[in-house]
This record gives sequence, structure tokens and C-alpha cells, in this order.
Amino acid sequence: MNITVQPDKLTAKDFASDQEVRWCPGCGDYAILKAMHKSLADMGARPENTVFISGIGCSSRFPYYMATYGFHTIHGRAPAVATGLKLARPELDVWVVTGDGDALSIGGNHLFHALRRNVDLNILLFNNEIYGLTKGQASPTSRVGQRSPSTPMGSIDSPIEACTFALGCGARFIARGIDVQAKELDVLFKRAREHKGASFVEIIQNCIVYNDATFSAFTDKDVAADMQLHVKHGQPMLFGKERNKGLRLNTQTLKLEIVVIGQNGVEEKDILVHDETNRVLAGLLVALRPPSFPEVLGVIYCDPAPMSYEAAVKAQEAQAKLKGPGDLDKLMRTGNTWSVT
Amino acid sequence: MLNAVARKSRRTRREILRPMNLQTDARKGAPGDGSVNKSELDSVVVRFAGDSGDGVQLLGAQFSQETALAGNSLATFPDFPAEIRAPTGTTYGVSAFQINFGSRLIKTAGDQPDVLVALNPAALMVNYKGLRKGGLVILDSGAFKEKDIKRAGFAIDPRLDGTLKEFRVLEIDISAQALEVAKPFGVSQKEALRTKNLWTLGLVSWMYDREMVSTMDYVTRKFAAEDTVRDANIAALKAGHAYGETHELAGDIAPVSMPSVKAEPGTYRLVSGAESLAWGLVAGAQLASLELVLASYPITPSSPILHILAKLKQFGITTFQAEDEIAACCAAIGASYGGKLGVTASSGPGIALKTEAIGLAISTELPLVIVNTQRGGPSTGLPTKTEQSDLYIAVWGRNADAPIPVIASSSPGDCFDVAIEAVRLATKYMTPVMILSDGYIANAAEPWLIPSMKDYKPFKVEFHTKTEDFHPFIRDPFTLARVWAVPGTPGLMHRIGGIEKDYNSGNISYDPANHQKMTDTRAAKIDNIANDIPEQTVALGEAKGKLAVVGWGSTFGPINRAVSNMRDQGLDVSHIHIRHIWPLPRNLGQLLKSYEKVLIAEMNNGQMVTLLKSQYLVDAKSLLKVSGQPLKIEEVSSAIRSLLGSN
Repeated sequence: MNITVQPDKLTAKDFASDQEVRWCPGCGDYAILKAMHKSLADMGARPENTVFISGIGCSSRFPYYMATYGFHTIHGRAPAVATGLKLARPELDVWVVTGDGDALSIGGNHLFHALRRNVDLNILLFNNEIYGLTKGQASPTSRVGQRSPSTPMGSIDSPIEACTFALGCGARFIARGIDVQAKELDVLFKRAREHKGASFVEIIQNCIVYNDATFSAFTDKDVAADMQLHVKHGQPMLFGKERNKGLRLNTQTLKLEIVVIGQNGVEEKDILVHDETNRVLAGLLVALRPPSFPEVLGVIYCDPAPMSYEAAVKAQEAQAKLKGPGDLDKLMRTGNTWSVT
Repeated sequence: MLNAVARKSRRTRREILRPMNLQTDARKGAPGDGSVNKSELDSVVVRFAGDSGDGVQLLGAQFSQETALAGNSLATFPDFPAEIRAPTGTTYGVSAFQINFGSRLIKTAGDQPDVLVALNPAALMVNYKGLRKGGLVILDSGAFKEKDIKRAGFAIDPRLDGTLKEFRVLEIDISAQALEVAKPFGVSQKEALRTKNLWTLGLVSWMYDREMVSTMDYVTRKFAAEDTVRDANIAALKAGHAYGETHELAGDIAPVSMPSVKAEPGTYRLVSGAESLAWGLVAGAQLASLELVLASYPITPSSPILHILAKLKQFGITTFQAEDEIAACCAAIGASYGGKLGVTASSGPGIALKTEAIGLAISTELPLVIVNTQRGGPSTGLPTKTEQSDLYIAVWGRNADAPIPVIASSSPGDCFDVAIEAVRLATKYMTPVMILSDGYIANAAEPWLIPSMKDYKPFKVEFHTKTEDFHPFIRDPFTLARVWAVPGTPGLMHRIGGIEKDYNSGNISYDPANHQKMTDTRAAKIDNIANDIPEQTVALGEAKGKLAVVGWGSTFGPINRAVSNMRDQGLDVSHIHIRHIWPLPRNLGQLLKSYEKVLIAEMNNGQMVTLLKSQYLVDAKSLLKVSGQPLKIEEVSSAIRSLLGSN
């Protein structure tokens, strides 16, 4: 089916479904939803050609609140369902909405394979470092020591860092944003949608009930400037209230370090310039964790492959069809046959 | 040991019409398929056995092909281990291939081989006890070295201690013969020795007067890139044949000819269950005017379906090897959601993994075809052996009330029609449908009257496009199927999912009465399919009487032959074969009650019998077998005799 461009301009409201939103008051998901409604309208997306597929968890209720097509599937499996849909209908704009438990625990395998195959999906992982819908157990991104009903003495599991996981899986678009930063999310959504292949966007999302303020070390207003590094391709990686802090590569240790312009002879030219196509740099950036480093936000890595997965599948199919369409009667009569009269 | 006719036949063997001559004198027990009257001598059961690296499956498959081209009826039974190449010479590494062929309709691969070709001592060890008394053993004496004999578990050379005294034994140093003929082509010692399967095929082709053209074509294609290997194999094939001709073997075994079977006019081919099932899915998709997306994960014995469909991209087929069984099922569901025919194929353990996703397809009422090629279980069980023990998981094996239609195929060729029926039901009723095949059906081959697509009535799918009063759970008043509204359709944007939906809007609903209504509706939709499938017929015999033997799936052959044999002996017994496992045909309960006794024969620990008892309170008896081997005719006959008190 061809996506027809229609002249009528849609607004954010046109992307909101008539269903009452049932997240907890104050949940970070509201902000993400609102940002998505607006972004899609701005991008000129068509609701009929847009599909949101989710797994299970608070984040996975997202499709119900979109006036697009939506499929609320089963725990962890959204990338697999989305892959099937994309194979069937490559022309559709398919978004996967998932959470840290859904994507990195029960569905880790599917996320891994959707990323390494490079299926043209826009995958949004809402990371609140907790299981919300099942009432507050530790998740694979919960930090060591996290107390929860399932870890009363504190979690002893080593957490997984979502963007590091994605990079390891071979993702070719990795970005990170914060639920309430609508302007920045808008950019990430647009970039994710434009990227042909799997786009992975981690959204830091606050669970007000079970894990409130867990990200306050970098999201609180008074620390935000010093604890958030918004990277932009081709620009030096500067942050801080005075925008005088930056990242420098220590060529001795092969590690990134924080330096301050004007101190110890550091000049602006010493600050590393962000290159989103550099996978090695992406590896260094996703490894930076607060509180020792600022949280890295924005498009961390973007290096599209020549072809996304479903496009390659369709190319093989087109090649097979060059010899003409299949004829089942003929096929069944190929090889050794005999006649009885 | 041969009668005059056979002796005379050495030079004019094409005229010989009594194929069983070669065992006539020695025949004491029942012939291979358990029948006793004279006409049934027109069939023979040959079992090839060797090391899993000996090429026994290729040997069997090619001999089957030659036999089919000769116009005989046949049934095959490839019986191989799960290990690809088990240590050489061990009993657990033995691979076997059994073929029953004849000039009358063959229904099973045969209870007992008449001829055993054993390419090593381990193959003899595993198989000689199954051979008919008086049967013929052909041994590769070159493989009977002291250490091979010990390794196979014989304390003493079985050729010397009377182990084989009930059989006739023909020893040929096949290894040496093959080596001698193949070596001059410049192939390695290993390659030369590997031609012994072709040498053996040549010999057996001589014995049964088979044309070897199809085998030569096959070898030429297979080794197209390796001239020397190709030539060595063809030479070995011809040498085996010549050996039979020139070594006066007729003194031991007579070459025989078997007239072709009387069959319905048309074009035939050999087909395996996996092939006909894959083609049936293609046919079903075409009849529904849908493109097919198969998403599967490799598993024995289901993988051939993926392999076959992967080569048919020109038919508008997409195949996807998923990361696991769950993903395979989910991707198939995603494809169906997108307006294609989603199919996933697997076997027991994989089906278990898919169950949650099947529940999603039930809840969202999307079409989905699930192919279950059953194998021995539980857990990994017996991956290469057959069983019918997934009936429970097919009918009842999901969380909550989650009915789906289940259809079972009865033979390799029957898989074609079963697959079409599955597609028809899945798309007409917007439901997952499970096909039950099994390892035996999937691997076995049989002659097949090739169907023509023009003989099938299309059942074109119509997607919903009307925007007026739309919601995704608008139902057809007759089928109760919901509308299929696919993404990309303007004005029909909607959300579906695994949470219960409101009957009247499709939106999320936790309303108690609504859940009752939706559960009832989903059940009624499936129950109603009983009105859209054929009534249960009787496969053989009368619609009432003393005893009905009831079977399903791949046991059709042995049950049908046993019932036929017992009827020939005057017993009042009928055969009922159930294809539609769920919902059951609407007249089945009544039909079963019209017999004094009901015997249910199945390759599991009593699953169909439980199902039928639960549905009809019928006092059925069971004949159960879970050995990983197909049911034998004699096992069914004996159960019939015992129930009818005619021992």
C-alpha cells in the first residue's frame, strides 16, 4: 500500500485516542505521550500508517492512548510482533514502546535480535528502573542496593545499562532523553523515525509511586546543568551552568575525563567534538554514569546501514520473482513424476 | 531354495509376476503387513540399516523413488537417530529406512521386514530381531571385523553362533566391492568407501528390477561440482547392479518384478508430509488471496517446512527464522495483524513455548496457522521419533479458556488438504488453528496423485474497509468472526491487545458480565465450526456393529489394514478415523454409541480416549503405544481379536 500524502495538517489532538489515560497522576509517561502526540503531528505522520506495538507494563499501555493503529501484545514480545508486522507491511511506520523489565528482562532476546537484524522499528524504552505494574519489584536496570518487595535487603544484581546493551547488540541508532524534556524528545522522535533501521531511544522516566526521584541526581533542576550532557553531532561536548565543563579523551588511559576550560591549561579546542557516526566514541559515552559523570543525552550514535532488515528481505523476494511468479501446479509436477492412465 | 518359476526367471525376470518368490519357501510367519491371504504376497518390506554416516536415508529415498516410478504402491519409514554422526559402529548411531512396496495398495511401512540390508554389525544388532522369520539378511561382510562386532555388542560373531539361524543370510563384502570400483576415479579412500550406499542400491535395484535412471540423475545433480565423486558413485551403483546379474545370485535371491498397482488415473509423485504440508500452506494462501509469512525456529522434525517455504519466495512467501519459538509465533501474529497469513511451524517443545502467544492470537482474534509436527516427549524426548502425544496441548494446552480448531493429517499426502482446511478455518473464523502432523508423516513418503489447484474452491479474504460504525470486534452474525481491519486502512485506526475487550466497542473492559460474554462468544465461535466441517464418516465397515476402532493422525494406515484383515476373517469391526480433533464432528458422539464396543488406538498414553470420554461419556477401550515407533498392524489386529473374543 502506498502512503498517500494528504494536505490536511493534523494536530497533536488528532493523535490522541478517546481513551481515558490510566497512569498514576504525576507519572512521567504522561509527558512522553504528550510529546509523541505533538511530534507525530509536526512530522506529518498519518495515523492510519502509524502503528504502536507494546509489550506488558505501565509503558506498554501507551498504544491505547494513541489515535493510530495499536497492538498491546504480551510481556517482552513486542519487538517480535513488530518484526512480523514490518515483514508483512514494510511501508508502515512502526513504533515499539517498552519498559526496562519488558525489554531487558523477559524480552531481552527479542530486543537483541530486532536490533542486530536492524529491523526498521522505532523502539522507545521507558526506563524507570523498577517494575511498576506488578507493584515495585527490582528491574534489570535497578541499581545494586535497591530495596523493593522482592529485594528487601537490597538488590544484589548488577544492573544492565540500556544503551550499552543496545550498542552491544549492534544497534545503529542510539539516543537517550528524559521524560519531561519534551523539546529534546521531539528531536529524538524525529531522528528515530527518519533513521532507516532499528532506532533505539532510552527515555529516562520517573515512576512517582515505586521509584520516585531515583534520577534526581541528574534531573533535579539545581543539578541538571552540571549533570546533563546534551550531545550534538559536530559540536564540542560541553556542559555545566557556565558551559565550561567538557569531555576530553585521555589518550593514556583511553578513558573520557571531565575537564574545565580555563583550568590546567584546558582550552575549548581540547574538548572532544561529538561524532555520532563513531561507534568507539558511542561506547565511551554510554559507559558514562552519574554521579561521576553527567548523563549523556541526545543522539549518541547514528550510523545507518545500507539497508534495513525488511528491505533486504523484500529485495531477495523481488529477486526471486524475477523469474516470474510461482506456479504451484507446475511446482508440484517438477521432478520425478509418473502417469497412470 | 527357489521354486522352478523363479529359477527359470534369471534371464527373463520381467515376466515374473510373483514378487515374493524370493522368500516363498522360507515364509512361515505373517508377511510384512500382517495379512494372510494369498493376494497380499504381492508386497515386500525391505529395511536398510547402517551407520548414520553411511547414507542409508539417501539409499532408502532413492530406492523409494525408483519404486514409485515403477508404479508400485509404497509407504516408507525413515528411522534415524537424533545425533547427526554418532560414533561409528555404535548401536545408537544406527540409521534405518524401511519401505513396504507392492502391487496392491500399501497402507503402512510394514510390521516386519522381509529383507534386512545391514551395512555394519551395529545395524544388524539393532534390527535383526524385527525381521520376519525366514527373512533375508544381506550383510556387508567387509564391515564385520572383530572390533566392529564387539562394538555392536555381540559377544561372538553373529554369523557363526546361530544368532541368525532363523534367517537366510547373504554375505557380500560390499565395502571392498565399492572401494574397488570407486578408487580408480581418483577419489579419496573415504569418498570411495562412501559409495557403498550406491553400490547397495544397485544390488537391490537389480533384485526388484528397478530402473536406476532417476538415481543417476540425482547423483549427477548432487555431485555436479565434483566430477570424480559423481562418476565414482554412478560406477558403484552400476557395479552393484552388475554384481547381482553376474554373480549368479539368483541361487540365493531371485530378481523379481512387481506389477504396478491399480491406481486412479492422473499424474503421481512421491511426496513427504513436510513437502505436502508446505505446499498445502501455499495453496491455502492462494485460495485465500493472501500472502504467506512463515516464522519458525529450527526444530526436529519440523524444520523441513521452513526449508521448503524458504525456497518459494516467488510465490509471495516471506520466511523468517526467528530468534526463538516465542518470537516465531509472535512474528506470525504480527504478520496476520498486518493482513498476511501468519504461519508458525514447530514441534512439541516449541509448541509449549508458543502457547502464551497463541493465547494472544485467540484473544485478539487474528488468524494464525500453527503446524505441530509431533515427536516423542516430554521435554526433549525423542526428537527424531514419532508420537501423537500433543493432542492435549493442542486442544487444552493454554492458560484460561482458549479453544482453537485442531486438525490432524492421516498421511504424507493428506497434509496438503489439511493445510488448506487450516487456512480456510483460520481466515473464515479469525482464529489460530493447529495442524497436528507427526515425525512419521513428516519424513515418510508415499505416492501421491498430484492435485490441481483448479479443483479447489477459493475462499478469498475480504478486509474490512467500512469506516461507518466501525470497531474492531464487529462480528459476523453467522460465523461470529470479527472483522479483519488492517493497519494502513484510513479511518479504521484501532487498538487491540491481550486485555479483555468490550463486546460492543473493542476497548479495554474489566466488566464482569462482559468477560463472561466474550468468553462464551469465543467458545461459541469455535464450537460453531462443527457445522462447517464434514460429518464423521466410517473409513471402513458399517456405521454400527460390535466394534469400532477409532484412530486419528498417522495411525490411519495400520488401523485401516488391521480392520480390513479382521473383516476378511469375518469379524464385525469398523474403522473410524477422526480428522477434525476440535471441534469434533457433530455426529461423532451418536456414531460411537452405535457400536457395542469402541477401541481407540493412538501413539500416546491415552489422550484421544480422554477427550472422547469427556465429550460423549463413551466407555472406550484403549490401545496405546509410546515407543517412538509407528503402530503395527498386528498390534491393532490382536487388540481387535481380543475385544471380539476371537483369539
